[in-house]
Amino acid sequence: MLHSFVILVEDKPGVLTRVASLFRRLNYNIVSLAVGHSERIGISRMTLVAEAPPESNHRIAASLYKLVNVLEVDDVSQHSCVTRELALIKVSANGKIRSRIFELAEVFRARVVDLAPESIMLEITGSESKIEGLLQVLNEGEERVLEITRSGRLAMRRGHHTSRVLQALGDAGSQAEAAEGTNSTPSWQDPPDTPLPSEF
Amino acid sequence: MTKPPTNPPANHPRLTGAEILWATLTSEGIQHVFGYPGGAILPAYDALRKFPIRHILVRHEQSAVHMADGYARATGGVGVAIATSGPGATNMVTGIATAMLDSSPVVCITGQVSSKVLGTDAFQEVDITGVTLPVTKHNYLASRAEDIAPMLREAFQVAQSGRPGPVLVDITKDAQQGCAIFDFEAAAPQPYRSHPMIRRSAANMRQAAELIAAAKRPVILAGHGVMQSNAVAQLRDFAEKTQIPVSCTLLGLGGFPASHPLALGMMGMHGEAWVNQAIQEADLLIAVGMRFDDRVIGTPNSYAVNAKKIHIEIDPSEINKNVKVDVALLGDLKLVLEELLPAIPPRDSAAWLRTIFASKGDCAVHDIRNLPDTGHLYAAHVMNDLWHATQGDAIIVTDVGQHQMWEAQYYKHDAPRSLITSGGLGTMGFALPAAIGAKIARPDKQVWVIAGDGGFQMTSPELATIQQEKLDLNIAVINNGYLGMVRQWQEFFYDKNYESTPLVSPNFVKLAQAYGISAAAVTKRQEILPAVAEAQADPRAFLIDFQVEQEDSVYPMIPQGAALHEMIRRPQSPPGNPLVETAEDR
Repeated sequence: MLHSFVILVEDKPGVLTRVASLFRRLNYNIVSLAVGHSERIGISRMTLVAEAPPESNHRIAASLYKLVNVLEVDDVSQHSCVTRELALIKVSANGKIRSRIFELAEVFRARVVDLAPESIMLEITGSESKIEGLLQVLNEGEERVLEITRSGRLAMRRGHHTSRVLQALGDAGSQAEAAEGTNSTPSWQDPPDTPLPSEF
Repeated sequence: MTKPPTNPPANHPRLTGAEILWATLTSEGIQHVFGYPGGAILPAYDALRKFPIRHILVRHEQSAVHMADGYARATGGVGVAIATSGPGATNMVTGIATAMLDSSPVVCITGQVSSKVLGTDAFQEVDITGVTLPVTKHNYLASRAEDIAPMLREAFQVAQSGRPGPVLVDITKDAQQGCAIFDFEAAAPQPYRSHPMIRRSAANMRQAAELIAAAKRPVILAGHGVMQSNAVAQLRDFAEKTQIPVSCTLLGLGGFPASHPLALGMMGMHGEAWVNQAIQEADLLIAVGMRFDDRVIGTPNSYAVNAKKIHIEIDPSEINKNVKVDVALLGDLKLVLEELLPAIPPRDSAAWLRTIFASKGDCAVHDIRNLPDTGHLYAAHVMNDLWHATQGDAIIVTDVGQHQMWEAQYYKHDAPRSLITSGGLGTMGFALPAAIGAKIARPDKQVWVIAGDGGFQMTSPELATIQQEKLDLNIAVINNGYLGMVRQWQEFFYDKNYESTPLVSPNFVKLAQAYGISAAAVTKRQEILPAVAEAQADPRAFLIDFQVEQEDSVYPMIPQGAALHEMIRRPQSPPGNPLVETAEDR
C-alpha cells in the first residue's frame, strides 16, 4: 500500500541521499518525493510517498528517525490531510482540436500556460485522482500527450496541527534547542499525538 | 553544528586542521589510534608527533577498523581508526560494516583529496561518504579546517549515543592544511536528541510486570545490549529476584555469568538443544538488548509460538522487525530494568527450572570433554582446556566459523566483555586485529585469539603489528585444513560436495617464527595444556597451531528454515570411519 510521510530534515548536502537510501535498503519504492523550504531557515520539509507493506510504517518512521539529519517524521496516512499535486502537461494540438482542450481545461480547472502552433501546455493542481482524470480523458481523445511532469504529492495535516519540533526550536533557536533533547529522564507519560502503533 | 565560534577568546590557539584533528581527539580522551598513512592524510600524520597519542601502524586498513572495534568492545569506549583516501578508505569498509552490525562505537577518519578537486576522479579519490552511507550511523565530509572539531565532536556523540555504531569523518587535504581557531568547548555538538519514539508508558510497564508475575515458564534472552548499556548488575538482580533463567545470544555471552545457577547456555543455531527447547516451551520471553536475529529464532513462524514476548530495546526500528512482540519497552536497558524491577512481586520458578535442568542431562553438547582420549584432537577439547587454563579470566577474541561456535559452547564466560567476536556480519579475519585492539585497551588482561586456519590467513599480516608493538598476545589457530563451517554445510546440505573448502595453509609455526613470534604445534590432546602454559609463560606473543580433527562438525545445529527445536543432533558415527563424527569417541 501507499504510505505518505511528511519529514522535516536539516537542509544540508547529502540529506536527500540518506533518506532515499533508507528506502532503497528496505527495497521499498519511492512513488513520489517533493522537497522544499519549510517555514524555518535551514530546515526542509519533504512529502514522501512510498509503496510498502501495510505494517511497515512503524519501521520506516523508526528508521527515518535514526538518520541524524531527520528532525521529525509524520506518518500522515494516519491523519486527515489536504494533499495536492501539480502537473504540467504538454499536448499536441493543431487548430481543430484546440477548442476541445480549452473545454477540458475549463472542466478540470486546469490553466493553459503555453500556446504554440502545434502544442498546448496545461497546468493542473489538485489531488492525484483529478490529475489522473484529466490525463485519462486526454489519452482517450484525439490529442497526443507529448510530455507530463508532476511535482509529486504535497501533504499538510488539517486543522491547527503544526510541527512540535519546530515549535520547540522556537524563534531564537539555540535557547530552545538546549532545553529540548534530554535522553536521561525517562518519560512515563506518552506525549500527545503518539505515532506508535496500537500493539504498543 | 558547523557554526564557527563568534568572537573567539584570545586564549584559543590558531591551529592547522591537522593539529585540530589531534587536539580534538586528545580532548575527547583518545590515547590510541589505529591507522595507516598515505598521501591525503599526510598533513595529519605530520602533526601527530606534537600530541600524546599512540599510533599503532597496521598492515591493512580493514584491520585498523577491527582493532578500533576490538578496543571499543574491550573497554566500552570509542575506538579510532585512521586511513588515507581512496583505497585506504575503501579497505575500511568491511571493518565499518562489522562495527555497524554489532553496534560498536568506532570513529573512522579518512583523508580526502583537496576540496578544489573533489568529484574530478583525482588520484586516490573515492566518494567514501557515499560508499559508507549504508554501513555507518552517520558520516561527515569536512572540507574546511573550522569544520573538523565540530564534526569530530558530533561524530563521537553519534557513535556512542542510543544504539552505538560506527561514524566516519572524511577530511580533505586542504582542510588539514588550512588554519582555524581551536576552541574545544565551542565545538561541542548540540545536546543529543534522543530517538523520539523511545518512550514507555506507565501502562506498558504495568502490562510487562503483570505478564512477568503471571508467567509459569519464562525465559530471559540477553543480548549485546546488556554490555552496551552496562546493565550486567541490573540483569543479575532482575533474574535473581524474579527467578527467571537467562539464555544469551552469541554477543550476549558474559552479560550473565555462565556459572550462575539461573544461566542457560547460548541460544540459537548452534545453541544447546535443551536451551532452545526451553525457549520453544516458554510462555514468556523477556528479550533484553537483543534483536531476534535470524540465527537466533530459526523461523519466525515457529518461534516460541506459545510465548508472550516483552522486548526491552533502545532501537525502536527493531520492534516487531523479526518477531511480533506483545509489549515493547523502549529505552536504555539499565534504566528500564531499574524501573521495572520494583513493580514485580517476588515469584517462584522452581518447577520450571527443574524441568529445564532435567532436560539438560540428555544433551550431548558437553559430552565430548568427558570422553576418553582416543588419540583424536577435537577443537572442543582445545576450547575447554583453554577455559580451564585461563580460569575463565581472559579476553577471548574469536573469528568466524566452527571454532567460534565451539568457543561459545565450551568456554564459559562469567564476565562481561570477556568475549569479542563478529556476530552480525560474521567477518572472517576479525579475530587477530580485534584482539590487538583489545590488548592495547586492556594490557593488564590475558588476551587469546582463537581463529580458524581460513580466517586467520585473511589478516595474518597483522602478526607484524603485534611484533612491532611488542604485544603479549596468545594465538590459537584451530587448523582443520578446511573452511570448516562451509564444509559442514556442504556435508549436511550439499551431499558432501566439498567444493573449494579444502585449504592448503602455510606452516603456521614457521610463519609465526618468520615474524619473530614463538610458536608450537599441537596434535594430541595431552599436548594442549603444556602448550597453553608455555604461551602464557612467554612474555611476548605466542602462536599455537592446533591441528584438529579435519571433518568434525558443530552440533547441535538448526538447519536454515527449521524451527528452534528441530535441531540436527550429533549422530553416532559409523564404525570404521573415525573422522566423520566426534561422537565416535563414545
